[in-house]
Amino acid sequence: MLCQECEKRPATLHFTKIINGVKTEFHLCETCAREKGDIIPGTAGGFSIHNLLSGLLDFDPTNKGPNSAKAAPMIRCEECGMTYAQFSKIGRFGCSSCYKYFNGKLDPLLKRVHGNTVHVGKIPKRAGGHIKVKRRIDDLKQELQYSIIQEEFEKAAQLRDQIRELEKEISED
Amino acid sequence: MSNLRFTEQPLSEWMRRRGNDSDIVISSRIRVARNLQHIPFPMLATNQQSEEVLNRLNEVLKSNALQPFGTFHLVRMSSLDELDKRVLVEKHLVSPDLAGESRNGAVLLNDQESVSIMINEEDHLRIQCLYPGFQIREAWKLASAIDDAFEAHVDYAFDDRKGYLTCCPTNVGTGVRASVMMHLPALVMTQQISRILSAVSQVGLAVRGIYGEGSEATGNMFQISNQITLGQSETEIIDNLESVVHQIIQHEKNARERLLAESKVRITDRVMRSYGILSHAAIIDSKEAAQRLSDVRLGIDLGLIQGVPDSVMNELNVMTQPGFLQKYFHEKMDAGERDMYRAKLIREKLGKTG
Repeated sequence: MLCQECEKRPATLHFTKIINGVKTEFHLCETCAREKGDIIPGTAGGFSIHNLLSGLLDFDPTNKGPNSAKAAPMIRCEECGMTYAQFSKIGRFGCSSCYKYFNGKLDPLLKRVHGNTVHVGKIPKRAGGHIKVKRRIDDLKQELQYSIIQEEFEKAAQLRDQIRELEKEISED
Repeated sequence: MSNLRFTEQPLSEWMRRRGNDSDIVISSRIRVARNLQHIPFPMLATNQQSEEVLNRLNEVLKSNALQPFGTFHLVRMSSLDELDKRVLVEKHLVSPDLAGESRNGAVLLNDQESVSIMINEEDHLRIQCLYPGFQIREAWKLASAIDDAFEAHVDYAFDDRKGYLTCCPTNVGTGVRASVMMHLPALVMTQQISRILSAVSQVGLAVRGIYGEGSEATGNMFQISNQITLGQSETEIIDNLESVVHQIIQHEKNARERLLAESKVRITDRVMRSYGILSHAAIIDSKEAAQRLSDVRLGIDLGLIQGVPDSVMNELNVMTQPGFLQKYFHEKMDAGERDMYRAKLIREKLGKTG
């Protein structure tokens, strides 16, 4: 098999990337693999989760020089000063506020890493009181939809009242 | 050389107990990543800020909030010499990053060494609970209770949409990494391992060598862990891991039975040769030792080798690591000397029991 990149040398590196079930196969010769910068797990050159992450980030690859970087609007975390460009390079946040300042750009990345963008697990007991109520409301709304489809209107009315009650509870504090 | 209690014994007390399926699943581990509000993550925190993190978390310890979980000891990384740090890493009680480059890095360890709470690693707080055998659910229960104990005293960085906020986007959400260490020699021998491992990666789980990121599997030990931390609840994460691990256990058991049924002489030859080499060799490097120990462990599991308790195998896995070896013989050694002392140690250990 010839290298799919240069189509001259024999392909010696074969690897398969599976991201969220989407399978991509690569057949490259060593020279092209090195040029492509696709460092493959298990080969020399080092490979860490952070390299992989920065590869996943939508960071414009032409933006390498210090001059071209100015062209892109600078997104910066006001809390710790980390820029989005720095984050995309090292694949780590500087502080918890980075999540807020980079918010617009994060969902595609999180979607690719986790297949999801919204937390559904544990909630801290003290800080999370409201969140629990909000989740309960979301659950009830789903039940409400279902009961309307099933034409169980009496149950739907009960659910509606319950939702109103909980919403009032949140807005009061 | 310091006299830190946690680096004296190769086997943590928790590893001396036995768990479910402990012939295949060596240990189960939960790691929970948490950060405090309004302080930059350890990577960007100033010396003063990371000191504050350490003090605030140490306050929690002093308040006796951790008492239900055992007696804890605070160990600062700066108080340890290189060898002690290395031994703690080899025993999986601290991560290489905490030992290597942390600022005001510390660890809270309980007497059984079954709980290791790292401070100022990649995140401010990393709660790690270890159980022998296949007990991932128990490990999560304990980790979650310890998490609650901290949360009663400190404010965590939490967002109602993104969950627990972590330094690395691969941990955000639950901050939970559930992992099991598995010994899978029969799947490796019958060349089914790559098929199984690629199937595992398709259901959102990761497979690594035993010393975590970036190292290959030695001695047929594989660590299986969840990749996804956002959009799945802790229970879903554990259910998913548990069901996949159950299947891998079944495949390994089947492969072992087939090996015994179809090639008993060959497999006996292989484990007895390895047993012979370990019992008599004068020089052995760590890679060969890991492979031979894996063979002997399989021999014990299959009933081909008798009289060697599997705790000795667990003990040797740690003792034959470079750091512990030097600790044990109280000597600084180069690689060549280590290979000699390693062989000596293994001979002694197997001789005593065999």
